[in-house]
Amino acid sequence: MAEAVAGRRPGLDRARVLAWAREYGVYVSVLALLLFNVVFTPNFVDPGNFRTQLVQVAPIVIVALGMALVIGTEGIDLSVGSVMALAASMVVLYLGYGPVPAVLVALAAGAATGAVGGALVAYVGVQPIVATLALLVGVRGLANVLVPQLKEISNPGLLALGSGSVAGVPYVVLIAAALTAVMAFVVRRTTFGRRIVAIGGNRTASELSGLPVKRLLLAVYVISGTLAAGAGVLATARLQAGDPTSLGLFMELSAITAVVIGGTPLSGGRIRVLGTVMGALLMQLLQATLIKHDLPQSWAQIVQAAIILAAVYAAGNRGAR
Amino acid sequence: MGAADAEIPVLEADGVSKRFPGVLALDEVSFALRPGEVHALVGENGAGKSTLIKVFTGAHRPDGGRVLVEGRPVAFGSPLEARRAGISAVHQEVGLVPDMSVARNLLLGREPRTRLGLIDLPRLHAEAERTLAELGVRADVRAPLRTLGVGTRQMVALARAVSVRARVVIMDEPTSSLEPREVETLFGVVRELRDRGISTVYVSHRLDELYQLCDRVTVLRDGRVAHTGPLAELDRLRLISLMLGRDVAEVRAGGVTRFSGEHAAAAEQPVLEARGLTRRHVLNGVSVSVRPGEVVGLGGLLGAGRSETAKAIVGALPLDEGEVTVAGTTLRRRRPVGAAIRAGVSLLPEDRKAEGIVPGLSVRENIALAALPRLARAGLVSEARIDALVETFMRRLRIKASSPHQRVDELSGGNQQKVLLARWLAMNPRILLLDEPTRGIDVGAKAEVQALVDELARDGLGVLLISSDLEELVEGSDRVVVLRDGTVAGQLGGGEVTEDRIMAVIAGDGAGDPSGEERHG
Repeated sequence: MAEAVAGRRPGLDRARVLAWAREYGVYVSVLALLLFNVVFTPNFVDPGNFRTQLVQVAPIVIVALGMALVIGTEGIDLSVGSVMALAASMVVLYLGYGPVPAVLVALAAGAATGAVGGALVAYVGVQPIVATLALLVGVRGLANVLVPQLKEISNPGLLALGSGSVAGVPYVVLIAAALTAVMAFVVRRTTFGRRIVAIGGNRTASELSGLPVKRLLLAVYVISGTLAAGAGVLATARLQAGDPTSLGLFMELSAITAVVIGGTPLSGGRIRVLGTVMGALLMQLLQATLIKHDLPQSWAQIVQAAIILAAVYAAGNRGAR
Repeated sequence: MGAADAEIPVLEADGVSKRFPGVLALDEVSFALRPGEVHALVGENGAGKSTLIKVFTGAHRPDGGRVLVEGRPVAFGSPLEARRAGISAVHQEVGLVPDMSVARNLLLGREPRTRLGLIDLPRLHAEAERTLAELGVRADVRAPLRTLGVGTRQMVALARAVSVRARVVIMDEPTSSLEPREVETLFGVVRELRDRGISTVYVSHRLDELYQLCDRVTVLRDGRVAHTGPLAELDRLRLISLMLGRDVAEVRAGGVTRFSGEHAAAAEQPVLEARGLTRRHVLNGVSVSVRPGEVVGLGGLLGAGRSETAKAIVGALPLDEGEVTVAGTTLRRRRPVGAAIRAGVSLLPEDRKAEGIVPGLSVRENIALAALPRLARAGLVSEARIDALVETFMRRLRIKASSPHQRVDELSGGNQQKVLLARWLAMNPRILLLDEPTRGIDVGAKAEVQALVDELARDGLGVLLISSDLEELVEGSDRVVVLRDGTVAGQLGGGEVTEDRIMAVIAGDGAGDPSGEERHG
């Protein structure tokens, strides 16, 4: 009803504040945390420190970009951490053929994992959380079978990917930034991006509007898997070792956190690409801040939990009209 | 209001105002509900009906004026408080829990408990069965609600409202998804309530119902009371003119519905032919054809297979057998809906909210949804082309939104429906399948949609019109195909298209021509 434009009562101000917080809270928080550190943390304003922070956050950003797409369709991809491990083992196995083939095989493995998850979700109708949980377990196992223990890597080409830089900016950071730009463009300006958001908003309506819903869902999971594999390759290059046992553990949680804090609701229908990057940055900064002030890691986790709750609270109130 | 009758109103609004940003939804509205009366509340969309109801049910707090229950001022802080005061509402979009059993739904929040505080299932079921039986509703109270038809679900919602021992029952479009038989049951219930002294506020767009059922009427227009008084003293034309705020003569000239009637369908070949659509338990060899410029009505009771036929035509319902040809080409069934849309067949689905709009997105995005590929080059969306398209259709269909960027779920039902129509018209379809296009939208929007259908048909579009509103079906259609239990029960054309004949076919009196389909093949 027209009156439903409505819903606005005196409490409106609260709703408005929440809507604002959902949209911009993450930016403000990052800014505030930066300012805090600039003022109170010794040696924070140091190029080396910035570089370290960004290098550490880059893989999370890359994984979270894919996760944002998946969550935008009202799905979730728990397999990303295991896909990183799989990518690491692929790199170890195929590095003998040179760094380029090894990286391509790793990316293909990620895409294939994504395709399996996507097919289960789109064509078989398995719930995303179940389908990708199975992959989380199975793919980690596969990665461990392929490469049972940590293998050091000495191929200079691959190592350069992890440690090289252009004008002082590490490749890893450049790649993450470039992928962010591409993803923002895809979401905003392409038919693909618009359709994904519509699927997340109302799948039945999208189907009846002639959208190839299944193919789009499949594509989204393939993208997520490929990006996770890319993150796995970069992390491996930086570690100078392939470590399928522990690489990417809990990455799915970091990525989901970044996405949710960034303003993309778990219920889908909206994707915030820059917000996602900011979400990842916020978590990274928070951790760094607490460590630099000699507070234990556990504190960081507790504060993270609080931030996640705040983000979900703000998101949950959007419908409270 | 000549209510000098010493009776104290059970529910009263005294100069109630309610303001939303940019809108004065209620402007000093006074309304009095007498004990044991059925009071019609009518008005166009945005007239303030829903807001007034929400004030009565505690969902909105008025900004000015008072609400009185039996003469005492009340200030409901929540719907629960209103319910405790004996005011029950049956909402347009029913708030039931689909996965719970019928019995749980009926007694939600009032479940009988065992001594351990657990739900006492035997008593729960017995009580639910008794409640439904009193209303003449037959349903398995143990079955999950979602397994029931829309009509029965609605009756459960009504039964729930009635069974909380309400003093006032507010019914907002209660019959919009009921079959005629169920409507009769409902009316029986309402009269029963009246005899027990319970008052009813009855909101409906169906004038027939109002005149059958209601004692008095209050007409709202633009947030003000346009009229209050006994309904019998008001003829239909006068009532419509009060609602629309137009002259009686003007309404008369325009007719009650906006359909003009005949279209020049003539001898052309069908543009759409569906043959032998079959799906187990649902459709059994349904054949329908539509020619360019023709409006074919699809009649029948709820569950006769009307919506299913429409869905099967666009490929949204998998078929066991049957084929659909558009302009002589058989539709590929592999990527069904997309194929149908490309061939020029579009479906406006029955359930606007669940199957139509994408609620979180803007009006603009909703209109452009299906047409996106056409508005893009190499997968890149052209904002300028979208803007142009959206502007054209917002103007043409007179979609009322604060801007193209307003969220579509903030619009009224009528405007949402227009957004969906725009989505399909943007595809330049050859055939439109309209499933209940005017359900739950106000009189004004209804007339506009009807006029639009007429105009489209005159321009050569083929239309398949599904409507539970017989009047709409009769006045809008050139031909009516009547379905019964998933088969074509008969077909009426020309002068045969009357409410009586349709009902006769539905009832199975052999009035129609069961082989009519072949005649046109």
